[in-house]
Amino acid sequence: MPSVVDINWYIALSGILFVIGVLGVLLRRNAIIVFMSIELMLNSANLLFVAFARHLGSLHGQVLVFFVITVAAAEVAVGLALIVAIFRTKKSINIDEINILKG
Amino acid sequence: MVNPILFIILAAVAIAAAAGLLLSRDAVHSALYLVLNFATVAVFYLLLNAPFISMVQITVYAGAIVVLFLFVIMMLGAEKLRGAADNVPGSEKIHRYIAVLLALVLVGVFGYLVSQNSIGVVTQNPAIDASPQALGITLFQYYVFPFLVTGVLLLVAVIAVAVFGQVRKGGSINA
Repeated sequence: MPSVVDINWYIALSGILFVIGVLGVLLRRNAIIVFMSIELMLNSANLLFVAFARHLGSLHGQVLVFFVITVAAAEVAVGLALIVAIFRTKKSINIDEINILKG
Repeated sequence: MVNPILFIILAAVAIAAAAGLLLSRDAVHSALYLVLNFATVAVFYLLLNAPFISMVQITVYAGAIVVLFLFVIMMLGAEKLRGAADNVPGSEKIHRYIAVLLALVLVGVFGYLVSQNSIGVVTQNPAIDASPQALGITLFQYYVFPFLVTGVLLLVAVIAVAVFGQVRKGGSINA
């Protein structure tokens, strides 16, 4: 086993977390769980930002994390408001039944 | 530098919490697994010389965002709503033990790091100064315009939520 934790370990961990998030979006039908999986993906991207900021000795990666967190917060607020609005009319948040746009 | 064994233990907790989010039937359990995952990533941030981001992670992600999730789940009573594809096998009792085990491992690793003063060493002899002051200086030297755009984004989000939240007299949504 290599004795030093370098950037590759963080890339691997971030990739695994991102893939789990993708699986959550693709496999689960509950819209709230789908949103949580999106949060998981954003979080893995944040982890990679901070790991590279450490690796490259730069603060800019850490500053970018703040923007990602802000976008995530706004996205969750709007998304959950949408879910509540859809639940009021359809009495369901199963994303297979949300087909009013006939996509 | 962080011990590889510690990294593997923490990574295992993070991945197991993410898998628990994916596999648990109850949406409330998924939200709590999400808290565990965020807390583990916050410990990673501490190890990566990002103490301020670690605290922001705890307060904004594990605090505000997950509370928003839990609030909506409980308001809708949506914790058991699922489609036919969501019949994931697994006992709730096993989930309970796994979650407690993962949380104890996380607390144990964090306690070990604090007792070894590893986090203090990282922040006392950092590769770069990552204090909140240095972060703020970087933010307002290089990212003033994105910062302003962020403010507009939050305003738009607030307006959107207010519009979606309106209810017409007939009970249908106004959007």
